[in-house]
Amino acid sequence: MPLIMGMSVLLACQFAGELVARGLTLPIPGPVIGMVILLVALMTLGKVPSSLRMTGEGLLRYLTLLFVPAGVGLMVHFELIGADLWPIVVTLVASTAVTLGVTAWVLARLQAGHARRSGRPGGKA
Amino acid sequence: MNVATLDQLWVYLSGNPLLSLLVTLLVFVLAVRINRAVGGTPLLHPVTLSIAMLIALLLVVDMDYPTYFEGAQFIHFLLGPATVALAIPLYDHRERVRRLLWPLLLACGAGIVTAVASTLGVAMLLGARTETLLSLAPRSVTSPIAMGIAEQIGGIPSLAAGLVLLTGSVGCALGPWIFRLLRIKDPVVQGFTLGLAAHGFGTAHAFARLGAVAGAFSGLAMGLTGLLTAFLLPLITRLFGFG
Repeated sequence: MPLIMGMSVLLACQFAGELVARGLTLPIPGPVIGMVILLVALMTLGKVPSSLRMTGEGLLRYLTLLFVPAGVGLMVHFELIGADLWPIVVTLVASTAVTLGVTAWVLARLQAGHARRSGRPGGKA
Repeated sequence: MNVATLDQLWVYLSGNPLLSLLVTLLVFVLAVRINRAVGGTPLLHPVTLSIAMLIALLLVVDMDYPTYFEGAQFIHFLLGPATVALAIPLYDHRERVRRLLWPLLLACGAGIVTAVASTLGVAMLLGARTETLLSLAPRSVTSPIAMGIAEQIGGIPSLAAGLVLLTGSVGCALGPWIFRLLRIKDPVVQGFTLGLAAHGFGTAHAFARLGAVAGAFSGLAMGLTGLLTAFLLPLITRLFGFG
């Protein structure tokens, strides 16, 4: 039964998350709040039950597959995207590249500085 | 023995969720094989490849998206519990997260401001329409949050969702090049950056390619970016003179 137990815990957290999101009309999706709820629960408990670990890590291993159905939904937007095709394509590529670069650079710098200050060897661990 | 004609069979099958569910799984397996066969290049990411093949297939057999989704929703549904499950790797690496809390928060803020400002800047320069512009703005946030934000600032929610998906595939394709260019090898930095710039796509990519540590920080970045962008974006768009 470990699979059923694990799945129940995940769904219960998502359910609680949805209730909080709807109840307080937050602009945050229920599963994200569910993730916070589960994290708090795990910290209180002090360990990850093996049934939950089995189910959760199984799901995460196939996370890429789970995006496919939503991605196919792009076909519905062809017309809207076509109306502004080049600005959209150039913006997506240029801005994503800059965002990746800036974030990675800032974090690498800050992390190196942080590690130096706290006397730990920087970067990799 | 009566044999049903082919089009009768097709009418039955195409109205049945079983077909699109099976096709989605098979196409994904094929996409993973193709990706492996060409040396695992992120340009032909299994997800991007599956999506392209499925769209082409649906256009060829003339099946509309809602019909397809009736079957595929069973896969889509698992995204919810999978997002919740991100708490597990985060818990495993909680010490590291606590130690790096401030660098992570600052990098997240810098990343969000860069993403939104460069998006609006480039799109304005190229003369995109205002609705497109405002639908592009939340593109590095996971789609449910992005749709809410787009609506709030005056974009088109469904277009925003589509652009979020495109951003995800572009981010996964560009990521490895940018990391090589900046000589970044740390899985923590790589994962966090992918999660920030390419949301769930980036997180899935980090888990599949870079391991559990990168995946955990990627999930953290995805959650943080979603939360912070919801607050920051309306302010930034106002700075650019919208709304």
